[in-house]
Amino acid sequence: MQYSEGLESFDFVFARQPLSSLVRPLSMSADFDVRYTARLARLNLSEVEIAKFQAQLGQVLEYVEKLKAVDVSGVEPTAHAFSVQNVFRSDESRPSFSPREALENAPRSANGLFIVPKVIE
Amino acid sequence: MDLPALSLSELRDAIAAEKVSPVEALDALDQRIAAVDAKVHGYLSRNLELAKRNAATADLSKPLGGVPIAIKDVINVTGEPCTCGSKILLPYRSNYDATVIQRLRAAGAIPFGRTNMDEFAMGSSTENSAFGASRNPWDLTRTPGGSSGGSAAVVAADEAFAALGSDTGGSIRQPAALCGIVGLKPTYGRVSRYGLVAFASSLDQIGPFTKTVRDSALILNAICGKDPMDSTSLDVPTPDFTSLLGRDVKGLKLGLPREYFIDGIDPQVNAAVRAAIKHYESLGAEIVEVSLPNTEHAVGVYYIIATAECSANLARFDGVRYGHRASDATGLLDHYGRTREEGFGPEVKRRVILGTYVLSSGYYDAYYLRAQKVRTLIRDDFTKAFEQCDAIICPTSPEPAFKLGERADDPLKMYLADIFTIAANLAGICGISIPCGFAETDGKRLPIGLQLLGKPLDEARLLQIANAYEQSTDWHRNRPPVV
Repeated sequence: MQYSEGLESFDFVFARQPLSSLVRPLSMSADFDVRYTARLARLNLSEVEIAKFQAQLGQVLEYVEKLKAVDVSGVEPTAHAFSVQNVFRSDESRPSFSPREALENAPRSANGLFIVPKVIE
Repeated sequence: MDLPALSLSELRDAIAAEKVSPVEALDALDQRIAAVDAKVHGYLSRNLELAKRNAATADLSKPLGGVPIAIKDVINVTGEPCTCGSKILLPYRSNYDATVIQRLRAAGAIPFGRTNMDEFAMGSSTENSAFGASRNPWDLTRTPGGSSGGSAAVVAADEAFAALGSDTGGSIRQPAALCGIVGLKPTYGRVSRYGLVAFASSLDQIGPFTKTVRDSALILNAICGKDPMDSTSLDVPTPDFTSLLGRDVKGLKLGLPREYFIDGIDPQVNAAVRAAIKHYESLGAEIVEVSLPNTEHAVGVYYIIATAECSANLARFDGVRYGHRASDATGLLDHYGRTREEGFGPEVKRRVILGTYVLSSGYYDAYYLRAQKVRTLIRDDFTKAFEQCDAIICPTSPEPAFKLGERADDPLKMYLADIFTIAANLAGICGISIPCGFAETDGKRLPIGLQLLGKPLDEARLLQIANAYEQSTDWHRNRPPVV
């Protein structure tokens, strides 16, 4: 079960308690699963890498746990240091790659198209 | 004339006075590289013939007329490789110029030579390059720093007059410090990122490596400005960044962040930076204590935000449009999984995994969103500090160059090497590292860097303050003993 799904069900049952009181004190990095995450990232790993990354990244996650102690109530998140909004350009055609240029670096192409492995049986 | 030993400005003046031609400068550089780069390994490739063809059309009347500049292998230059230090881009050839390259050419400069780096700029030592680590010209058993370690090493070893690098968490300032040269990270949005292969888009910024502060100002003049191809580039006036050079620092306030002088700073680094602070006082600057209370959280915030952004950015390496492609895939998932397994090195894999995890369903709020909120607090710290001072003064790196191999397999220890540089990227402010002394270690002299951090878009002031120190000291004139 995903952690967030767990929270939602708690929310339903114990609605009168603040959610924060239900968060397990246990380090969340205990849930960290390299094998599963690598699948999400479309990245194959060897068994040796899985074991190594599990330990190394577990250590990094323990280190970032201390961010949980910071009071961020009422603080807006920063996505970019200088938020620039609604950057528009005029809707006019301009020079860009030709199909030939776009395909120049393709590992496989034919008839002006990228070749990909078969997706549908 | 020992051409490779010249600074960018000196070479430009010699070319303008017709004492040297751009082709002679290229030939001299090429010979220097052939003589020393087997030891330094700062370059991944160079194309002398292409550079000479470009030299023939370079406008010598322009501010950088005829001057060769080395380019980190993460910036696209037409007709050249752009490996990003990765096997996955080995087959790739650029068929366009990054905006900074277009602008360098427009200023008369000639891109020449591609410098080594940690794979996709992820690292602090160049040991994550798929093509072998670069070596520090001051001690070949030590790292030049990273990720732009190749750019720093070639400028320090007189294999380049100047170089471009990129700085996501200190990747310009830290190697500049470890190699004893000048490295400038401009304000986020000052320089277009179009054509820079993205690592962490909200943190990445291109900047120069040079032998003098003035040279950095000249390159920034050439490369900065709004670019329609990068929506995050800022539409703000661009001053002449050399305009304040030569002015004194009397009455300027330099902020000393009390949180930066922590246990764990190398004593020789501590002593050199404290001496530099005294020197500024003798030049008439006023030293004020400031506080950046969220400093201790910067590394944690950085490694959540940077890995999250990298996991999204590196999704483009899918073996379809460019780069390596696994052979004989049994289906699409096998194609993606093996293409990326074969193409990426260990540190890139680690960060893609970490970034994917912190963005994954159920963890986003706890890690990524929380990190973005703490990022706000870090940025607010700087805004408050800059109400009390014109620039912040501190070490660039907590220690001089470390031995190659010493911490290659200890990611957390490696990440902590960036403790003083990372906050500037999170806050988006500008920063510079300049030489401020040497540590004596194992009978070798290792450079120490002084970091100055400036207000957003206040590079002209930052360069003035850096220049005042440089011009009243001799550190920048020291050359490494390499060959």
